[in-house]
Amino acid sequence: MIELHDVHKSFGALKVLRGINLTIESGKSMVIIGGSGTGKSVALKCILGLVAPDSGTITLDGQDVTRGDRDAFLARFGMLFQGGALFDSLPVWQNVAFRLLRGSLKRPVTEAREIAIEKLRRVGLKPDVADKFPAELSGGMQKRVGLARAIAAEPEIIFFDEPTTGLDPIMAGVINELIREIVVEMGATAMTITHDMTSVRAIADNVAMLHDGVIQWTGPVGDMDQSGDPYLDQFIHGRAEGPIESVR
Amino acid sequence: MTLVLGFLAAIGRSTLAGLAGVGRFALYAAETISHLARPPFYTREFLQALVQIGWLSLPVVGLTALFTGGALALQIYAGGARFNAETVVPSIVAIGLTRELGPVLGGLMVAARVASSIAAEIGTMKVTEQIDALTTLSTNPMKYLTLPRVLAATLAVPVLVGVGDVIGIMGGFLVGVGRLDFGAGAYLKTTFDFLESWDVISGLIKGAVFGFIVALMGCYHGMNSGRGAQGVGRATKTAVVAASVLILAANYVLTEVFFSA
Repeated sequence: MIELHDVHKSFGALKVLRGINLTIESGKSMVIIGGSGTGKSVALKCILGLVAPDSGTITLDGQDVTRGDRDAFLARFGMLFQGGALFDSLPVWQNVAFRLLRGSLKRPVTEAREIAIEKLRRVGLKPDVADKFPAELSGGMQKRVGLARAIAAEPEIIFFDEPTTGLDPIMAGVINELIREIVVEMGATAMTITHDMTSVRAIADNVAMLHDGVIQWTGPVGDMDQSGDPYLDQFIHGRAEGPIESVR
Repeated sequence: MTLVLGFLAAIGRSTLAGLAGVGRFALYAAETISHLARPPFYTREFLQALVQIGWLSLPVVGLTALFTGGALALQIYAGGARFNAETVVPSIVAIGLTRELGPVLGGLMVAARVASSIAAEIGTMKVTEQIDALTTLSTNPMKYLTLPRVLAATLAVPVLVGVGDVIGIMGGFLVGVGRLDFGAGAYLKTTFDFLESWDVISGLIKGAVFGFIVALMGCYHGMNSGRGAQGVGRATKTAVVAASVLILAANYVLTEVFFSA
């Protein structure tokens, strides 16, 4: 279980997180929604230790994430980045097997390659993609490779940062289905950041809405439409009028 | 009064920002060196960097040395002729190249080729979240990206300087024999009679320092690149300019140290 308690983060004078309190239960899929620039990615990066919070605590199974063996901590996570963040200089299979080729999870090269090809197959890519370079792939294929990399070491917790951004609706649907299948199949804890309400309904067990640096609403995805929260209502229905100021 | 205070405050802000930058760079350099003694070491990345920085820089460093050696022979001949000292051409070309021009021009050419490419590559990795991805994959970017490049440049640039010395002396030889009517045997004999091993070694030491500076500046500015294409462009430009200026400053300091020793 991941718990954020009163987490604050500012960049200069800009206060991005103003005291986030959030619980992500083990084995559940939590989706964080909110407008652009509301700090969703910052919250996710705080959990991973890529950004240090100014104050507050973040715990994983009761242990402070800033303490203890960092490699062992990160080995429990997989992450799909918004743009894929594939390493341009490495072929696809080495991107997928990156963690299996070095460090504490190191395997023999042939075994790592076999696992990479199996994971590529799992996300719907053929083995001939393995020896291509990321620049030779379409956006949707890059997302799938990123997904294969995120699950390659079979992590307990997977983060998805805007998994469907920039994809056509059909490919977005395919990625949503894959994420849901993989999370259920692996029994992993998932945390997804998205603006895409179709993704929310396809992926989420629970939803949290981040607005103005705090969690405005959180609850099961089934309760989202009857929440009665004006901020959440405005966001999920995409209305220009409401308590959330929109820039025209 | 307000204008004066504003001016002084601007100077103070710039000074503090400059000192903070120097401090950040010094910490980055110290952290890079500290990783030398701590595993893991990424051998494959080191060998790739060695090829990129050393082998692929050979043509540009060789051509620079060749033309510099030739031009130097002509200039020294023209200057030496004023006091009947044309015969010093071979030894001055060799000493000038090995002690000064070989490492400095070689270092500057490597700065232009390598610091820019490292800064652009790492800067692009930064803005496309590849550096964050490395961290989430339990890989320290300092160990994976910076250390192999810095170590490779520190080892490769002295070799480039050594090769450049030989090619530069050959450039002087070709001009001396073909254009200035020196005898081939006499030219080579004068070259090696007056060339001391320290002339060569001091140049190679400079090469190692310049290689360290080039790769470190490329990595540092790449890692601290701003967002977007403009941020990467700025990081690349700053890396080349800073590496070039630091090479010239370090050259003076090293020359002073060698001169006093």
